[in-house]
Amino acid sequence: MTIWLILLAMGLITFALRASFVLPGDRLRLPPLFKRALRYVPVAVLTALIVPMALAPAGALMLDWRNPALAGMLAALLIARYTGRTLLAMLASFALYLLWLRLLA
Amino acid sequence: MTNRHHLFAGMLAMLPLMVGVLPFGLLFGTLAVNAGLTGWQGFGMSAIVFAGSAQFIGVTLLASGVSVPVLLATTLVINLRHVLYSASVQPGVQHWPRRWRWLLSFMLTDELFAVFNLRLQNHGGGADTRWFLLGNSIAMYGTWLASTVLGIVLGQQIPDLSHWGLEFAMVATFAAIVGTQLTQHSMVAAALAAGAGAMLLRGMPYKLDLILASLAGIVAGLLAERLPARTVTEVQP
Repeated sequence: MTIWLILLAMGLITFALRASFVLPGDRLRLPPLFKRALRYVPVAVLTALIVPMALAPAGALMLDWRNPALAGMLAALLIARYTGRTLLAMLASFALYLLWLRLLA
Repeated sequence: MTNRHHLFAGMLAMLPLMVGVLPFGLLFGTLAVNAGLTGWQGFGMSAIVFAGSAQFIGVTLLASGVSVPVLLATTLVINLRHVLYSASVQPGVQHWPRRWRWLLSFMLTDELFAVFNLRLQNHGGGADTRWFLLGNSIAMYGTWLASTVLGIVLGQQIPDLSHWGLEFAMVATFAAIVGTQLTQHSMVAAALAAGAGAMLLRGMPYKLDLILASLAGIVAGLLAERLPARTVTEVQP
């Protein structure tokens, strides 16, 4: 039951953000600074989320080339940066991660 | 052209993005059941929330036993970009009947925004564009729900997918999304600050580290924007 309430709340928040300008019509204008700040939200949030998962996969810092999650994350970042292909970067990164696990296990 | 033509055109225009979304829906469904949600809850999340990255983070945070306010705050932050989409399409749709604007408000995902915004710019916001939007919506929502169901079934067939390294799938997915954005130096600055902040603040209660590190990234991006402009004015006198 609690899960369903959480899902509903997540849905309402998402809907409210998407509706924020479309539903009120022409009464709202976005401040320019806010607009510029919004551009950085995806990169900032996603990076803040994955960097600890890659650099400290088991809780302790593992700043080491033998860390499969770190190798995989760097591969995804670089491939996506230079090819612009999200799906390719994701699959190559996952393949490299599994290879690292097998080779260094 | 009839309404039906515009509807089909809308579905067809969505096709390349549907192919891209399919693996993410599959992965989400699989992760959801492995994170401890029931099949119905995983499906319900896709049906109610309909926002890929927020859903991925949602199941990860739920599995780690995070508090509800932090989960909702994270949902808010991660989906803030949709305000930008909403503001971008507003001028083209502000005269639309309310029910169509409700539909658009629910359906305005990253993918739909990309396709629909282009249509608005090229064809304007006439009645034909409303049917085009309905086509976009059916295609995208349908793909997301169908791929979620497939993922749930897959996840239930193969229990304990964590042994397959699937928790890394989220890192790979988000790193790939971030990577495509790193073409501007201000974006690189945002990523570096957010990543460094997340490492330094690691372990704060209620996952507040995630929110604070994200804010650090946003501020760093905004500051980095001003760097080249400043050098130019200094050189110019």
